[in-house]
Amino acid sequence: MSLLEVEDLRKSFSGIQALTGCSIELQDKEIGGIIGPNGSGKTTLFNVITGYERPDSGRITFRDRLLANPSPSSVFSQGIGRTFQLTRIFPRLTVVQNMHVAAQRKGFGAALWPWNSAKERARALELLEFVGLERLKDDLAGSLSYGQKKLLEFATILVADPDVILLDEPAGGVNPTMISYMADRIRELNKAGKTFLIVEHNMGFVMDLCHRVTVLHRGSTIAAGEPDEVRNNPQVLEAYLGD
Amino acid sequence: MTALRYAGALLLLVIAVALPVFDGAPLAITIAFYTLIFAIMATGWNILGGYSGYISLGHAAFFGVGAYTLGLLAQHYTIPGGYEPFFLLPVVGIITAIIAVPIGIITLRTRRHVFVVLTIAMLFIGQLLATNLSTFTGGSSGLALPVPPWMGASFNYPYYYAALTVLVGALLVSWWIRQSKFGLALLAIRDDEDRALGLGINTGLYKLAAFVLAALFIGMAGALWAYFVTYIYPQFAFDPLFDIAMVLMSFAGGVGTLAGPVLGAVLIEPAQQYLTLTYGNNGWSLVLYGALFLVIILLLPQGIIPGLRTLWERYETRRRAEPPVTEARTPVDRPVPRRESANQ
Amino acid sequence: MGGGTLPSWQRANGEALVDLLFGGIVTGILVGGVYALMASGLTLVFGVMDIINVAQGALVILGAYLSYALQQHLHIDPFLSLVITIPAMFLIGIAIEFVAVRRIRANRTMLSILVTFAVALIIEGVLTMLFSPNLVEIHAWYVDKSFLVGSVYVPYIYLFGFLLSIVLLFALYVYLYRTKFGRAIRATVQNRTAAELIGINVNRVDTVTFGIGVSLAATGGMVYGALNTFNPNSAYDLISRLLAIIILGGMGSLSGALVAALAMMVIENVTSLYAPVWEAVVFYLILAIVLLIRPQGIFGRVATRRQ
Repeated sequence: MSLLEVEDLRKSFSGIQALTGCSIELQDKEIGGIIGPNGSGKTTLFNVITGYERPDSGRITFRDRLLANPSPSSVFSQGIGRTFQLTRIFPRLTVVQNMHVAAQRKGFGAALWPWNSAKERARALELLEFVGLERLKDDLAGSLSYGQKKLLEFATILVADPDVILLDEPAGGVNPTMISYMADRIRELNKAGKTFLIVEHNMGFVMDLCHRVTVLHRGSTIAAGEPDEVRNNPQVLEAYLGD
Repeated sequence: MTALRYAGALLLLVIAVALPVFDGAPLAITIAFYTLIFAIMATGWNILGGYSGYISLGHAAFFGVGAYTLGLLAQHYTIPGGYEPFFLLPVVGIITAIIAVPIGIITLRTRRHVFVVLTIAMLFIGQLLATNLSTFTGGSSGLALPVPPWMGASFNYPYYYAALTVLVGALLVSWWIRQSKFGLALLAIRDDEDRALGLGINTGLYKLAAFVLAALFIGMAGALWAYFVTYIYPQFAFDPLFDIAMVLMSFAGGVGTLAGPVLGAVLIEPAQQYLTLTYGNNGWSLVLYGALFLVIILLLPQGIIPGLRTLWERYETRRRAEPPVTEARTPVDRPVPRRESANQ
Repeated sequence: MGGGTLPSWQRANGEALVDLLFGGIVTGILVGGVYALMASGLTLVFGVMDIINVAQGALVILGAYLSYALQQHLHIDPFLSLVITIPAMFLIGIAIEFVAVRRIRANRTMLSILVTFAVALIIEGVLTMLFSPNLVEIHAWYVDKSFLVGSVYVPYIYLFGFLLSIVLLFALYVYLYRTKFGRAIRATVQNRTAAELIGINVNRVDTVTFGIGVSLAATGGMVYGALNTFNPNSAYDLISRLLAIIILGGMGSLSGALVAALAMMVIENVTSLYAPVWEAVVFYLILAIVLLIRPQGIFGRVATRRQ
């Protein structure tokens, strides 16, 4: 029984077929990868799963329950966190404030108390230390370098302690040292029990890190399996080289 | 640093309380009173416009609502002039807040810039209703408020102190919001609303709360003003001039800060009163306000306080960039060219 | 057909009821055409430049005062005065775009609202200084003489104003769809970056479009000034309505502006005949209801969630 299952998803935008029958299976505590040439629908897939877009047809099941008409906040509350291709943080808040925004509290009344609570601060600092941004905690998030912003975004979604983390091109536009640093952090979290689904272009990153890889081409799944299987799959090679 | 800030705030409060001792002339107190009214309005407006970034160009509609609410309450319950109307102020605030709820729900559903546009209509609709519901509000003939029995040179002291009390209350609430998770969430909404939503923040509720709180304080300011002038007409209770003044003062002082709106009011309102007394009220104020607003938006969109802060930060980094004296000097006694720190 | 809402003479005379309704609808359409003209300038500017020109109301009133002044002091017929006012307002529009709007780079839509709001206030203030807050009206023979529609007397200006609006809207359509520059404007509306890439001078498109929007305001102003008594404060009423119309029709949609303007004015006019108390608010009531059901307006595009 997979943790997250996507069945035959279809989505088109005024004539452009973004997803044409896409299916993914993600097992619990697995690091899944999604690769595919440009325009294969990877980000649209993420948008549909996390409620930013509504699919035309198809099913998404999470923990054996149907995810019907999700919204970003409902998906978030069910334990799925996600990052964005174009990194999004709150630029006018400090790094540690960014973390505090993500701290979860129950009810409007709880929001009236100071944001700088000791318990939340401790967790924020712990996570900032995990991604190595601790010493920048009082800097404005907008003044961080691109790679640092990516790490901050990553740390922010960890605050709510999600079980499943969707990463949209975490290695994009980042130097190799940072890439391997991120890979290490992902492995650490995976060992602690978190499930990942990563969309990436960086082949080395994906093959190295992921347990299973799904290949998308023109909006549908053309192959899925262990990295080595997929790497040698003739259909996959054709998809990348053919167009 | 914070201890210094508290001391400074306390000092200002003491000065404000003791102001009539320095200059108790009715004219001076009247100008001070109007400054306080605008400070309350700007502080209230800032809770919505400054913290959440949802600029309302029509919240002065709630000024009029507050003014008429006090007038109608006083009329209906035959409240005499004196200190009683002051005790009604919190009631007026709450009633204005309740009226603001459905309006906020409708207007906040739209995208941010459509929201701004809708708020412009809000002010006008308020004026329209006040004029047309004449059986209720007296229409264009206006509405009378109770006249207090105070006489003599100190007759407007009670208004001044009542306004000061409301302002302190508004500032305390604004300060509390900044410290709270609610306030941080509003700031996050200002930066990236969809992302805040995706992180589990109930953006709809929070925005509405800011909208309503702003209406509450602006309504109380309206009630204070109405009681002061003792007779209100629709076009003066729902006045575009008050509307733009409130927004301009927040922007000028520093939108999103705590003291900015008050600073803006203190700088602009006495100047406006002086100009009105000297040149009369023939449209000149509108031109001036419009031009000032234009200049500030185009040149100093952050306002004075954040502008000062940026200058201070630049000064600080320049100071820290200088090397300590113990560093070895270069053989030739020439100053070493130094790169400016990029930390702006 | 029961009910006791209508006065007895109308209930007795069923024809009069229909006549009244017919008159109300026709008047609504005639006035709606003029509002559509003023609103189309607004929605076009939004489509091309992504900015909301909140000063449009004040500019209409400025146009009204210009026509009024030309008529009062030089005895020029209001329709003739357009020959002067339209180019004058076009130049004013270009000046505003250059001084105020062009300087905004970041956060264009939001800042444009604040900037044009400031411009509107300046215009209002200047008009108050020059003309005082007294109500005035533009007079001509066609303002004072009326013709009969059903059982309602409609001043000729309604008809002439409507015809003028139709002519201009048609001219706008021809310009946008048949000329080279018009195509450039449409391309910029569809995709600004792409337009720039294929060599369209988007800055010039911006300026000209803004100028067109303001000249349309000049025309609308003349007619508005003939239809209503006005003073500088009328700008508020006007911009509230125009904004309501383009929000209702969907921002950036010309057909939406037309439909919304006609619909709203017909409804308002009919309401004024049967339930005058509601006349002032029915406009905004409809806006509120539509926004609750469909926040993007009738022809508007749904705001897609940003990724």
